[in-house]
Amino acid sequence: MAEMKVSLCGIELDNPVIPASGTFGYGYEFAELYDINMLGTFSFKGTTKEPRFGNPTPRIAECPSGMINAVGLQNPGVEKVISEELPKLAKCFSKKVMANVSGFSVEDYVYTCEKLSACEQVGWLEVNVSCPNVHGGGMSFGTSPEAAAEVTAAVKKVTDKPVIVKLSPNVTDIVSIAKACEEAGADGISLINTMLGMRIDLRRRKPVIANKMGGFSGPAIFPVAVRMVYQVVNAVKIPVVGMGGVSSAEDVIEMMLAGATAVEVGAANLVDPFASKKIVEELPKVMDKYGITSLSEIIGGAK
Amino acid sequence: MKQGFFTIKENTALTESVYRMVMAGDTSAVTAAGQFVNIKLEGMFLRRPISVCDCTEGELTIIYKVVGKGTEQMAKMSPGEELDVLTGLGNGYDLTSSGNEPLLIGGGVGVPPMYMLAKKLIEQGKKVTVILGFNKKYEIFYEKEFQDLGCEVYVTTVDGSYGTRGFVTDVMKDLSYSYFYTCGPEPMLKAIYRACASEGQFSFEERMGCGFGACMGCSCQTVTGYKRICKEGPVLKKEEILWQK
Repeated sequence: MAEMKVSLCGIELDNPVIPASGTFGYGYEFAELYDINMLGTFSFKGTTKEPRFGNPTPRIAECPSGMINAVGLQNPGVEKVISEELPKLAKCFSKKVMANVSGFSVEDYVYTCEKLSACEQVGWLEVNVSCPNVHGGGMSFGTSPEAAAEVTAAVKKVTDKPVIVKLSPNVTDIVSIAKACEEAGADGISLINTMLGMRIDLRRRKPVIANKMGGFSGPAIFPVAVRMVYQVVNAVKIPVVGMGGVSSAEDVIEMMLAGATAVEVGAANLVDPFASKKIVEELPKVMDKYGITSLSEIIGGAK
Repeated sequence: MKQGFFTIKENTALTESVYRMVMAGDTSAVTAAGQFVNIKLEGMFLRRPISVCDCTEGELTIIYKVVGKGTEQMAKMSPGEELDVLTGLGNGYDLTSSGNEPLLIGGGVGVPPMYMLAKKLIEQGKKVTVILGFNKKYEIFYEKEFQDLGCEVYVTTVDGSYGTRGFVTDVMKDLSYSYFYTCGPEPMLKAIYRACASEGQFSFEERMGCGFGACMGCSCQTVTGYKRICKEGPVLKKEEILWQK
């Protein structure tokens, strides 16, 4: 019997598969298609203090083996997420959910995290210091060790729930930022967010995306993600959630061998709404193929 | 929404760049005219959203224009080949407010969804008038198909090479109608919005990530708040529209 259970910051997951923020809404749309309780958990749409419409359209561009998005953290704001989205989610998801939080100031992060932390349904706070699609916020906190540490420390003061800091790959030294977050009290690190990218329309001679640049995701970035997860895992003692282009059960195992405790699935959900479900279903077969009896035993197995 | 595999039965050119594809598969998720499907193509990361032109039990018809790599690939496909298709996407047109003499206006590849809509309205005993707008004569398709349904059909071409010279609004201004439905390029939708003499519904197009409401890639602002073109759209009622650009 293949054992898929893993423990993430003290909370047990039935399996390590977690749909990533921004690719799974607030869950209930996918729950119309299948029972989402079969997932480890999922990270809900990035939530901010105030409601946000996000960027103008077009927000999406296709790439070979991937896509660029510049949605810009569209969300109804933390108050509405708590009063409207979470009750809807409660009807179809009985597990602890990962609350993804973004902000434009340390105070924003603290405000939103404090509110969400008080929700019974929330198991972890995933603090996004890495959104490439908003100006004057998001990624700017994730590109310096000091700023990332400041946000981490401030958020830690207002919650007892595990704080997982989501890092950007758009940096020179990912290890120093991960270490700074660990020292500031982070309970975990998740990475990688999207890579800054751009496409240009040959006919119009203009960027495809209205915001010009956006976050590149999909299978094309998987090797970069594996490398960065491996580097961070070998530099910190806290658990790491790996993501970036994961689209199969094999990818999940590769991420875990690189050292990920759990694995987020992002863009794959947008192309195939059943992608995360299929990965969970495939995992036992692929484990068997590679002689794996327990997933938690292979974490960091690649030396 | 349903995910299913469809077998191509027909894939023929209607004009130089517009093709009709008829596919066999489970169409039970298609519940309204004006909905779309999202097609996975070999080697392409994102699916291709295409409006539904007609749908019967077990058979789906789409009409698409070759505009890029994905649609180029589709044009080369042959009967017997299989496609992974998400069906039943989007809200579709609301028929309840049509009145007895609805006007349907399609521009270019905005024409196809009008076909299924016309069929449904005629089934309900409505007197349907259709305006089909194109740039040039050689781009025209489906004039006869609409006539065969029993619609009164007007065709406009921008260069005057067929039908009325000018835009769909040049015909629209002289017609009387109880309500209207439209789909086409945004400049045409805006012109109709200004010229119309009744309430109506507009179908919008936007670049999409997923096509089923998960990614927020195709959101727009409306009078009643944010809407996803793929989920709460693509059809918006006239009174909801806020023009952005």
